[in-house]
Amino acid sequence: MTAQPVMENERMVYKANKIAAFFEPYPEDKAVEGVAEHITKFWTPAMRAQLQDYIATGGAELHPLVLKAAEHLK
Amino acid sequence: MALLIEKDYGTPESKAEKNVTATIDGKKVSIPEGTSVLRAAREADIDIPALCATDSLQPYGSCRVCLVEIEGRRGFPASCHTPVEDGMTIRTTSEKIEKLRRGVTELYLSDHPEDMAADGRSEMATLAENLGLTEIRYGREGKNHLQTPVDESNPYFVFDPEKCIVCARCVRACEETQGTFALTVEGRGFDSKIAASQNEAFFDSECVSCGACVQACPTDALIEKSVLENGMPERSVVTTCGYCGVGCSFKAELKGDEVVRMMPHKDGKANHGHSCIKGRFAYGYVMHPERVKKPMIRKSIEDAWQEVSWQEAIDYAASEFKRIREKYGKDAVGGVTSSRCTNEETYLVQKMLRAAAGTNNVDTCARVCHSPTGYGLKTTLGTSAGTQHFDSVEQADVIMVIGANPTDAHPVFASQMKRRLRAGAKLIVADPRKIDLVRSAHIEAAYHLPLQPGSNVALINAIAHVVVTEDLIDHDYVQKFCDREDFEVWREFIADPQNSPENMQQFTGVAAEDVRGAARLYASGGNAAIYYGLGVTEHSQGSTMVMGMANLAMATGNLGKAGAGVNPLRGQNNVQGSCDMGSFPHEFPGYRHVSEDDARNIYEKEWGVTLDKEPGLRIPNMIDAAVAGAFKWMYVQGEDIAHSDPNIQHIEAGFRKMECVIVQDIFMTETARYAHVFLPGSSFLEKDGTFTNAERRINRVRKAVEPLAGLADWEATCALSKAMGYPMEYTHPSEIMDEIARTTPSFAGVSYEKLDRLGSVQWPCNDAAPDGTPVMHVEKIVRGLGKFMLTGFVPTEERSTRKFPLLLTTGRILSQYNVGTQTRRTENSKWTSEDLLEIHPHDAEQRGIRDGELVAVTSRKGETVLRTKISERVQPGVVYTTFHFAESGTNVVTTEFSDWATECPEYKVTAVEVRPTNRFSNWQDEHFSQEELQNIYDRP
Repeated sequence: MTAQPVMENERMVYKANKIAAFFEPYPEDKAVEGVAEHITKFWTPAMRAQLQDYIATGGAELHPLVLKAAEHLK
Repeated sequence: MALLIEKDYGTPESKAEKNVTATIDGKKVSIPEGTSVLRAAREADIDIPALCATDSLQPYGSCRVCLVEIEGRRGFPASCHTPVEDGMTIRTTSEKIEKLRRGVTELYLSDHPEDMAADGRSEMATLAENLGLTEIRYGREGKNHLQTPVDESNPYFVFDPEKCIVCARCVRACEETQGTFALTVEGRGFDSKIAASQNEAFFDSECVSCGACVQACPTDALIEKSVLENGMPERSVVTTCGYCGVGCSFKAELKGDEVVRMMPHKDGKANHGHSCIKGRFAYGYVMHPERVKKPMIRKSIEDAWQEVSWQEAIDYAASEFKRIREKYGKDAVGGVTSSRCTNEETYLVQKMLRAAAGTNNVDTCARVCHSPTGYGLKTTLGTSAGTQHFDSVEQADVIMVIGANPTDAHPVFASQMKRRLRAGAKLIVADPRKIDLVRSAHIEAAYHLPLQPGSNVALINAIAHVVVTEDLIDHDYVQKFCDREDFEVWREFIADPQNSPENMQQFTGVAAEDVRGAARLYASGGNAAIYYGLGVTEHSQGSTMVMGMANLAMATGNLGKAGAGVNPLRGQNNVQGSCDMGSFPHEFPGYRHVSEDDARNIYEKEWGVTLDKEPGLRIPNMIDAAVAGAFKWMYVQGEDIAHSDPNIQHIEAGFRKMECVIVQDIFMTETARYAHVFLPGSSFLEKDGTFTNAERRINRVRKAVEPLAGLADWEATCALSKAMGYPMEYTHPSEIMDEIARTTPSFAGVSYEKLDRLGSVQWPCNDAAPDGTPVMHVEKIVRGLGKFMLTGFVPTEERSTRKFPLLLTTGRILSQYNVGTQTRRTENSKWTSEDLLEIHPHDAEQRGIRDGELVAVTSRKGETVLRTKISERVQPGVVYTTFHFAESGTNVVTTEFSDWATECPEYKVTAVEVRPTNRFSNWQDEHFSQEELQNIYDRP
């Protein structure tokens, strides 16, 4: 089931990619963990659900670290 | 309490550890070496009269009133200038001394208005009365200064030269206390007089109206207009200023229920008896006729407001809450706490939202200022707060100011910092603008690093690169206090040539040699302290920069000791407190994540409800969700989101889609345009509570007058919570603090009884630190081991282009405060009555712009019109303005780009173009009448 969007997808992609950009200097496993932990700690369930819905439709323009981190989101 | 007159010991306290013993009027005294005879006597309750001496200033020895006799010495030395020596025998009174004092005082009075001695207010009048001087032998007919014109130019005080004895206390206060050096003694002998700047009127001079000269004057030649109009106050209430994050203690001095003046409290541990123009004088807004005193409601924002009773307003807000929550769910409701309100009020708002509304959708205005401080310092050091107390600066050898303008935004702390700089500490300023600190009276920065807006992280990485590659690291500190593995990863990262000053120069615009010099000075110049402001946090890499500064401090061992540290200068009076009190949607009070079972259990037990373990919406998320139709009910206490937050058109769109907005404020605000319920707020003078300042100091706020609308803010929140179905019963804010202490480990030792007893405490205050903690991370870093974080430089997406070639950055000025709600309703607007756009002469000439003209400022988000001020303070390619006036629409042009970690808006970088214009912008025309605009801009 698709969650009700709580922001424009463009905004969501911007926010997610900025988080990923911060963790870029880290080795990939730590970077993925960092992105996932950050999104889990600071995004509401509805925001996380919107991200997963967006990824389910292709996840265009999302940073690769976000795509990998999304697999670990609770 | 009655009028509180603090004891004046005449000269400053000696900090010497060795004591000397002497006899004064037969009384044995033991005091620190270096103590003056005057102070030693007064400490022993033996009064020596004096006029030119006061304990906030160094002795001057001009008035010749404080004369004493010392056994074995000839003559009558001035006690202010004579240090006590071991074994001294001193007489403070004798026939000869009295004769000399009377003679000197008579001479003063012979050149003074006749009613002076009968005045009963000033130190001069008291002295004359104590000496029984009812008649002046010399008469007043000789050459004198009587009838000299009074300078009434300053809106807050007068200077009456005929009462002046040229003791220079005012001049010395301006120099020593304030550090502005605006006053001087002009002329010699009989012609000598006090002059402001180049013999200008006070208002036109460099005087910053801090009030130090008025406070220091012993003759009332300088006196508050409010005292002349209302007479001397009769009682004092010691409280805390409601302006910036310095948190100055004040005595609200009242006559009946009217505040006659605000006097800085000598025992205030943040301000030590000093003040700035805002705290000292700009309190008139409290009684301003535009204060809203009745609750109001309306069904639609297109309707007119209707005044109603408190109960009706509360019931309406609560019924809308119930309807909306029922219809849309708990995620559709939320609220915002205020950094202007007390800790207790902030705590209650988040409690109400969490316990009564069942949501973590609570945020605070720190979101748009210092949220990156909380994130960055917690990640690296383990606690979301500055590391030092303000007095720490007195032991700093190197002071690095980054993205802060303390002389305008934190003036009282700036005075303390300037004192240390005049005493020899070295200064590094990193700021795109040439702020006052770069070069002012007796102060010159060793390095001014005029970096491009948006390049902070490039700069801090370049500085750290020098520290690492030149091995300026404090290895012992890192070994003992920091995570070694993280450090090694960081060291390798930062040593990469991409972080070198030479490479980063392309982003920062700062000469590599200057960066290297500044890095060497910071790392090897002794105790080095970093002070920073919103020029650090309000960037897309705000949190990264905070972590970069913490990395630098750890690498050089500049933590856990006085004179060092990483110190945020908080913008509003209670930014620190509002963050401490669980205002963020992911944290309970004390910075514990809502997912932590232990913390949640504490509050579930205390509040008797089940709490959500998922984070809630931040302010920008609430607005986004509102635009998306998913957020409908909002309680906004003391914040003007529709003025202060970026991309106002987006904010307005969000508010228009909400079904019930409740604004609680002291004036109608821009946000109130979109509100359905208006609850009249109470000012800081109308309630009890506490504020926590930038140094984590918890200060008492005490009620001086009754709430104008009948309820303090905390009472209104309790009433709303009860109507929403969750009663919160408190009879006094002290009970709220008791609950905070019960549930928050870092506040466990805080109580009103302790605050009243000690004056204030700095958290953590608990069993381990019962009197509080001035310097943090001393024995160990709070998180255990300091964590070095990798801080890659990621340029902001907001970049200058051919279409938008200039970078706009924003800030504050001294006389106005934030969105101007308070200061605009005071005489402070006489200094600045509009936001100006500073532009470099080169950029102005290229665009055919002349000084004082209206210009259109256009960004990708919008356009607004401001008046220009051509200035070399800004560098070519950078323009600067403030955001104190809603009519300016500064945030119409700012973007939604924000800090990656906290979503703090990137106010400091907006690409714009500027062109001359002769009309206001469409946004201004739509939002304000021509009359409103012309009131600000004088002409269309």
